[in-house]
Amino acid sequence: MIIGESGSGKTTLLKCMVGLNEVDSGEVLFDNRNFYKLNFKEKKEIRKEIGMLFQGGALFDSKTAEENVVFPLSMFTDLSESEKRDRANFCLQRVNLENANNLFPSELSGGMKKRVAIARAIAVQPKYLFCDEPNSGLDPKTSIVIDNLIKEITEEYNITTIVITHDMNSVIEIGDNIMFIYKGEKWWEGSKEEILKTDNKEVCDFVYATKFMKDLKSKF
Amino acid sequence: MKIFFHFGRYFMLMKRSFGKPEKLSIFRNRIFEEITILGVNSLGIVAIISVFMGAVITIQSAFNFENPLVPTYAIGVAVRDSMILEFSPAIVSLILAGKVGSSIASEIGTMRVTEQIDALEIMGVNSAGYLIQPKIIASVLFNPILIIFSMFLGIFGGYIFGVIAGVVSDNQFIEGITHDFRPYNVVYALIKSAVFAFLIASVPAYHGYYTNGGALEVGRSSTKGVVYTSVLILAFDLILTQLLLA
Repeated sequence: MIIGESGSGKTTLLKCMVGLNEVDSGEVLFDNRNFYKLNFKEKKEIRKEIGMLFQGGALFDSKTAEENVVFPLSMFTDLSESEKRDRANFCLQRVNLENANNLFPSELSGGMKKRVAIARAIAVQPKYLFCDEPNSGLDPKTSIVIDNLIKEITEEYNITTIVITHDMNSVIEIGDNIMFIYKGEKWWEGSKEEILKTDNKEVCDFVYATKFMKDLKSKF
Repeated sequence: MKIFFHFGRYFMLMKRSFGKPEKLSIFRNRIFEEITILGVNSLGIVAIISVFMGAVITIQSAFNFENPLVPTYAIGVAVRDSMILEFSPAIVSLILAGKVGSSIASEIGTMRVTEQIDALEIMGVNSAGYLIQPKIIASVLFNPILIIFSMFLGIFGGYIFGVIAGVVSDNQFIEGITHDFRPYNVVYALIKSAVFAFLIASVPAYHGYYTNGGALEVGRSSTKGVVYTSVLILAFDLILTQLLLA
């Protein structure tokens, strides 16, 4: 998990990782393959291994939920129409959306959009899943549903998931390895147990910014 | 110096747009979708404008040709040449630049600000090729059809309104539209309409594709797309007329 204050560079870092932003220096390695030294064709192959959940879902407005999930399958697989539909239905059921196949993104709630976006991301069975603030704009209950879904899918499909968030509940719920970004730099790294015990001032200011977290700290 | 930046970026985008499509079947479907959205859906407005413009040219020509030395069939000649040489290819293209251009810029601009284009890129799809190439091909293929349609309806509108208003008889009008007809004029109009179609699809697409920000910027991109396309249509109208008719 990558955490940090708003404007600290989390999303920029994520966009550099997935190749949406060019990097000035450094390397982005996918299984020891430096993304920025690969040619267009090789980059394209890596991109097929990446699934991404955008902050707003980034669903295609002109397509229904099912068509959104079918889209990557149509582009990159030779599955028949019925196989694609079956796979899309399976993915939508996996994210607990059984009756939303024919709904357009404008007809979906924020949580449903995120779930369709997750279904689309897992449709082509990626090796890496990137999530940009999956809980932004969601109520606490739906946030937990999305968090659990991300955790379950990560374990079920054995994929590497990188989540960007500033929601400490998510960090505690689903975080394994946590990196804190401060003013565009990596400031701190550790496990969720370690982040609750660290005395790093900037990390503490961020982690214990809310009363809930302050109360939690007092219990330790 | 900013103009060179935009020219460079525009040509780079066009190069990317004309990359090999990911899947031919999807690409073919996208072209048919765009032909419907950009072309077929414009038939109504083109028909209305063409009929009325043909009628107006007939009545204005009759008003100006009051000299007895000018034969009445000249009204038919004026309507035919005005429609074929300038009104149908240039003015209809300007109207389409407003209708279709704003739709293309706002569609692609909205996709940019809502990260739908980023989602395509992440999947490994050439977003420029997927979004822009079918629009350009559909526009270049269908715009000449719209222009021919406009020519016929414009002349037909002129004929009907001319006869109803009593400014020209049907025989005189038909004599006028067949008098000294040069088929090359139609070829010239179709060449212009194909070039204008490319501009109508590509310039707003460029402005939409590089939209930064939110809803306000999508509106600005749409306006810029229409304005620049209109200016370029007028500039290319002059250039092509000089090259093909002079």
